[in-house]
Amino acid sequence: MPRVEFREDRCKGCSLCISVCPKKIILLREDVLNCKGFHPAGVDEMDKCIGCAFCAVICPDSVIEVEK
Amino acid sequence: MALVYQRTQGLLDVPFHYCPGCTHGIVHKLVAEVLVELGLLDSTVGVSPVGCTYNNYEYFACDMQQAAHGRAPAVATGIKRVLPDATVFTYQGDGDLAAIGTAEIVHAAARGEKITTIFVNNAIYGMTSGQMAPTTLLGQVTTTSPFGRDAATQGYPINVCEMLATLRGAVYVERVSVTSIKGIRAAKKAIRKAFLVQKKGLGFSLVEVLSTCPTNWGKSPVESLQWVDSAMTAQYPLGVFRGADLEVET
Ligand SMILES: Cc1ncc(C[n+]2csc(CCOP(=O)(O)OP(=O)(O)O)c2C)c(N)n1
Ligand code: SF4
Ligand code: SF4
Ligand code: SF4
Repeated sequence: MPRVEFREDRCKGCSLCISVCPKKIILLREDVLNCKGFHPAGVDEMDKCIGCAFCAVICPDSVIEVEK
Repeated sequence: MALVYQRTQGLLDVPFHYCPGCTHGIVHKLVAEVLVELGLLDSTVGVSPVGCTYNNYEYFACDMQQAAHGRAPAVATGIKRVLPDATVFTYQGDGDLAAIGTAEIVHAAARGEKITTIFVNNAIYGMTSGQMAPTTLLGQVTTTSPFGRDAATQGYPINVCEMLATLRGAVYVERVSVTSIKGIRAAKKAIRKAFLVQKKGLGFSLVEVLSTCPTNWGKSPVESLQWVDSAMTAQYPLGVFRGADLEVET
């Protein structure tokens, strides 16, 4: 099963990853603030991830790693 | 399970200081990935501009040199002539390259310097908080064109690729954007080609990347990508302006 890993402390909550995810499974964690003061992105329904890495390709801050 | 995407080794493991969603970050990743994939990182010297990316010498995992505003092509010329085997690139914004540094880029291209320029056009002065640039679109509101850029008093946008493509020394000139996965892949291909042109000693190469400045455009990062597609590409069409038929991969 594909997996995406978010390095939360580097995320700036810009939502670019959300805009390109074909499965629409990325969300900003409104209940979490990272050390930069942003709501970091994450995935709850990891079983729906297809490992396309679109999120990682567009992330300007290299937050995301993808395993498949 | 295998890693299908990881942070490139061409960037040092430090956070960028750029605003959320600023596509300077994507362009940095692409340049770094290409240098790693071509095995050029250890022999590369980059030249940092003045602008938001003034300190990207702290980000790229190769040798870097800072230049005075707009002078990166002149500094890169000196480095390349002293170290002809090095891969030398400049990373410049549109204020840096198309305003204060117009003379330097035009003459580096005209001389056919064997350097590569990554020209990041966000149609505004980002670092100094959003003044009009030579590349600002007609009608675009900036802090120094509060009613929108008016050609009668502020002139017309400069299309850098089209202008430089008239010079014989500029052998490869392409404009790309990074607003979609497809666009990012095409941009990476163009950057790869630009470095290969240099490696083969063919002459000057430049890739213009249409980029965003969500902070000074007053748009969200996602809206900013859409504005590049809807407004910027009308003034700055994507495409190859010189060197479409250059074969460099072999
Ligand atoms: C000699 C000199 N003149 C003016 C400035 C002020 N200045 C700093 S950055 C900049 C423009 C930056 O715009 P751009 O090159 O488009 O880069 P961006 O910040 O948008 O990435 C200006 C005018 C300066 N630092 N030095
Ligand atoms: S790898 Fe693809 S499907 Fe999985 S979270 Fe990223 S964009 Fe969505
Ligand atoms: S693209 Fe990167 S920085 Fe932006 S929200 Fe997604 S993970 Fe965070
Ligand atoms: S001011 Fe604009 S160009 Fe500079 S880092 Fe912020 S969004 Fe990017």
